[in-house]
Amino acid sequence: MNDPGPRFSLDGEDVPFRPGETVLEAATRAGRHIPHLCWHRGFAPHGSCRLCMVAVGGRLVAACSTAAEPGAELTLHSEALARERRTLLQLLFVEGNHFCPSCEQSGSCRLQAEACEAGMLGPHFEELYPARPVDASHPDLLLDTNRCILCGLCVRASAQVDGKAVFALGGRGLGTHLVVGSASGRLADTDLAADDLAARICPVGALLPKRRGFAVPIGQRRYDRVPISAQPEPDDGLAPGAVPPAGAEAGR
Amino acid sequence: MSAGAPQRKWRVATVSLAGCFGCHMAFLDLDERLLALIERVEFDRSPLTDLKTVGPCDIGLVEGGLCNAENVHVLRAFRAQCKTLVAVGACAITGGLPAQRNHLRIDDVLRAVYQQRPGLAAGAAVPDDPELPLPLNRVHPIHEVVHVDHSLPGCPPPADAFWALLTDLMAGRTPRLGPGLIHYD
Repeated sequence: MNDPGPRFSLDGEDVPFRPGETVLEAATRAGRHIPHLCWHRGFAPHGSCRLCMVAVGGRLVAACSTAAEPGAELTLHSEALARERRTLLQLLFVEGNHFCPSCEQSGSCRLQAEACEAGMLGPHFEELYPARPVDASHPDLLLDTNRCILCGLCVRASAQVDGKAVFALGGRGLGTHLVVGSASGRLADTDLAADDLAARICPVGALLPKRRGFAVPIGQRRYDRVPISAQPEPDDGLAPGAVPPAGAEAGR
Repeated sequence: MSAGAPQRKWRVATVSLAGCFGCHMAFLDLDERLLALIERVEFDRSPLTDLKTVGPCDIGLVEGGLCNAENVHVLRAFRAQCKTLVAVGACAITGGLPAQRNHLRIDDVLRAVYQQRPGLAAGAAVPDDPELPLPLNRVHPIHEVVHVDHSLPGCPPPADAFWALLTDLMAGRTPRLGPGLIHYD
């Protein structure tokens, strides 16, 4: 009478799940890596980057916002899905200014690590080279929106964990941008602090601590030796599901 | 290698457009493998031969993006002459460092550098010698102008990536960069 509990299949391997879990939550808990950028185990899903898509019954669904169903047969790795994922990553790269050689986050950047893992060799599309601002006004933090991928993690962390609501996403379509919640629009005029979760959660190099620079040599950075798929989720002290779905993001 | 008739050598051309020659330096990091390589290839236009024009080639390696009209002419000549064209390094693939000027107006940049900078001689002006190629309004990666067959990412790509690409091509395989050979910095 040892009921193994509900399971779904991911690329033919059984993944157990608890009732109410999403595909991405269950897979992560089982030690499987599903590529993702806007998802964080502490928060309700955002569903915006689409990198976590899996195929089920001929359809593509975002694993972060799809409930796990017993007996479901999901495909994560296939030639077609790899191509879709590369295309999504290429679109993310050409929409911003992701100049890896000059970025302090290079080697520890989730966008870069997922793109390397996906075998992205180039942008394929035309580069947009958007004109985006850099805000260096804060004494301890640098905001370089050239690298922002609009994942909304700093927005959620600031509003739901730090209780400050320093950030928001404004605009639509290609005009969507990160908004800093102060009258001047400057980071220095908010109460964002360097040890806030919002200041530590950026998956790319858009929001970085000052005076760290290239402290870790090339070859020893987080994703230099072990690909992102073989590493556990980074631990930033926020437990899985710590922040329940809330109305804190009304309007988006 | 077989002891029969000598194999035809692969003809390879290389060039640095809006690049820093760092990718060429990384190519030289092949070190002693260069000796094995020159058994199989001969170089056409390249900084190694100092030839000024590109002839019919099997492989063209293009470092750097396009920042002026001459870059575009040279790239088109490479595309016309090379059976397989490879974008080498961050600048050829994404525009790279030179493209960091793309959100500025080129005339503002030229005036700031040649006319308005402190310490310039009196009457300093933006150079306009007819021999100077005209800068483009924006720096472009090479795939926006010609078809590119393969890309070697990196700033610069590691020598092992050059080696993997060239040995794959000469063996008649589609080049595949193995684990650890894809990086963007």
